[in-house]
Amino acid sequence: MGTRRSTSYYVLSFLFAVFLLFQYGPMICVYLLSFQGPEGGMSFPIRGFSTVWFETLFTAGGRGVGDIHNSFGRSLRLGAIVAVLTMLIGVAVGMSFRRRYAGSNFVFYSAIISMIVPGIFVGFGISLTLNMLGLRPQWWYSGIGAQLTWSLPFAMLIMFIILGRMDKSFEEAATDLGATSFQRFQYVILPLILPGVIGMFMAGFTSSYEESARAGLNIGTGNTMPMELTGLLGAATTPVMFAVGTLTTFFMFALIITTLLFTTTLAKRRQLRLSGQHA
Amino acid sequence: MKIDTDFHAKKLGPDTAAEEAADVAVKYDVELVSVSKSYDGGAKAVDTISLRIPKASYCCLLGPSGCGKTTTLRMLAGHESVTDGDVLIHNRNITDAVQAKRGTSMMFQSYALFPHLSALDNVAFSLKLKKIAKAERHAQAMEYLKLVQMDHLAHRMPAQLSGGQQQRVALARSLITRPKVLLLDEPLSALDPFLRVLMRTELRRIQTELGITFVHVTHSQEEALALSDVMVVMNSGKIMQAGSARDVFERPANAFVARFIGGHNVIERNGRTIAVRADKCRLVDSAPGPSLAATVISVEYQGPIVRINLRDEAGKDLCVLISDTRFYSDPPSVGEKVLMSWTSDDEWPLDAAA
Repeated sequence: MGTRRSTSYYVLSFLFAVFLLFQYGPMICVYLLSFQGPEGGMSFPIRGFSTVWFETLFTAGGRGVGDIHNSFGRSLRLGAIVAVLTMLIGVAVGMSFRRRYAGSNFVFYSAIISMIVPGIFVGFGISLTLNMLGLRPQWWYSGIGAQLTWSLPFAMLIMFIILGRMDKSFEEAATDLGATSFQRFQYVILPLILPGVIGMFMAGFTSSYEESARAGLNIGTGNTMPMELTGLLGAATTPVMFAVGTLTTFFMFALIITTLLFTTTLAKRRQLRLSGQHA
Repeated sequence: MKIDTDFHAKKLGPDTAAEEAADVAVKYDVELVSVSKSYDGGAKAVDTISLRIPKASYCCLLGPSGCGKTTTLRMLAGHESVTDGDVLIHNRNITDAVQAKRGTSMMFQSYALFPHLSALDNVAFSLKLKKIAKAERHAQAMEYLKLVQMDHLAHRMPAQLSGGQQQRVALARSLITRPKVLLLDEPLSALDPFLRVLMRTELRRIQTELGITFVHVTHSQEEALALSDVMVVMNSGKIMQAGSARDVFERPANAFVARFIGGHNVIERNGRTIAVRADKCRLVDSAPGPSLAATVISVEYQGPIVRINLRDEAGKDLCVLISDTRFYSDPPSVGEKVLMSWTSDDEWPLDAAA
């Protein structure tokens, strides 16, 4: 069945390879540089091979590495809360848009604008407003709020796609069988949109973790991870930063793989449970 | 069996109005009283229809796409609001009643089985909503799965079932709510022709066994003829004719019904419109009685019957159904000029309208 590949295949493959290189090249450089020996610098060539910079990260405790541990903790905390809120509010917003209501257009366009306007302006605007009102930014209201302006529009769009593709007849069937609207949501809609809900949680977490423009001006005291790293870039410059990069990547991959394992195990277990009931 | 379609024009017989009402209460499962449906003040999808369906009958709503049959069914189910008129089930006005209080259950064209639940859980769903214990509701669900002969596949997910199997599960799921009327939205459309005939028999059997009314929407006249106790032919939101299958076929009310039901020739002559059954028409060389000159357009072999399509001099399409033996004894060829004749006894006068 040897079909000869056309020229366009090779051209496109080449383009794709270049694209991948461009995308992942910088990250690979970071991983490589993080494993340098004690004489290592901030650029190639690689000098030595060791894990000394990782050790420094965990043991130095402030000597030339900034406040990595605490800012990591803050990022995690912020990310988790934003993820949960994004998920809850996202589902609610998505459900509310199934019917026209007064002001629904306004809500929709505000969400789109919030996505399009550069984060720095949104962050700046929030910070200014707080200033005008005489309030001080704190992570637990202005910090979270600013990050939600970034993650909620994504959640909303995810919900639109999922709800748009969902067959209406499932809900009609549920109503036909006597379900109240809450039962309909609990037993039919929610199970069907569950992948999307998990997706919104992940989107909320990841977008919060990497976001620095909006949070930057509204977080109050205490940096998040991206803010801390940006700060370090100008100041203490050692390959410890690369070590942070490698570890963060590892952490994120672990998170994604864990989530995938979790969802597939759930599905498998449900299958087993059902076929196990087979008399 | 004469079915009342025009509620307002019904003549009161010797019974008093009260006795009449009481009688009606016993006799009819479903009543539609001048029901209309229009969307946003636009054209009427359903235009002032009235219909009474006797107890425990199999009623088919038949018509072309867009005639309003599915809208009517959905109004019965409560999935569409009624713009005007009343819907009664067992003599209770349920026009605006909520789903649980209507006494109807609907089987969807796409079956709409919940994909995340097994067949058993799908059927037991309505019981779960009523907070019935798991063992109890599973036992009841198995009963209904046995009724539709799907008990051996109770633990499969819908995606693992074939179309016909999914439909049986959907049927069990609807029946477990013990509806007074079961509504079916083109249930056989998604099946292949062989399965269609099998499922048809199943539906009829279950309907007779349970003794409730089925209202079945279809665009297939063959299906409607095979299943109906009451056949309702609709077009453009109005009921063209309602009656037993035999009534509608042998005595069509107007040209639309005659054409839609198939197997009829609609002929205009001498200022009258008549319908003559295609199987009562013959091809002859000369005819003493009524006849039409026509040209043979095509010949279709259909097994025991051969269908000959003709076109008369005025350009109207006609057809003749003759047995295969008669056909092969003297087969006409395409393009041949023939004479189609019938007896005046076989003429059935039609309304000029439609």
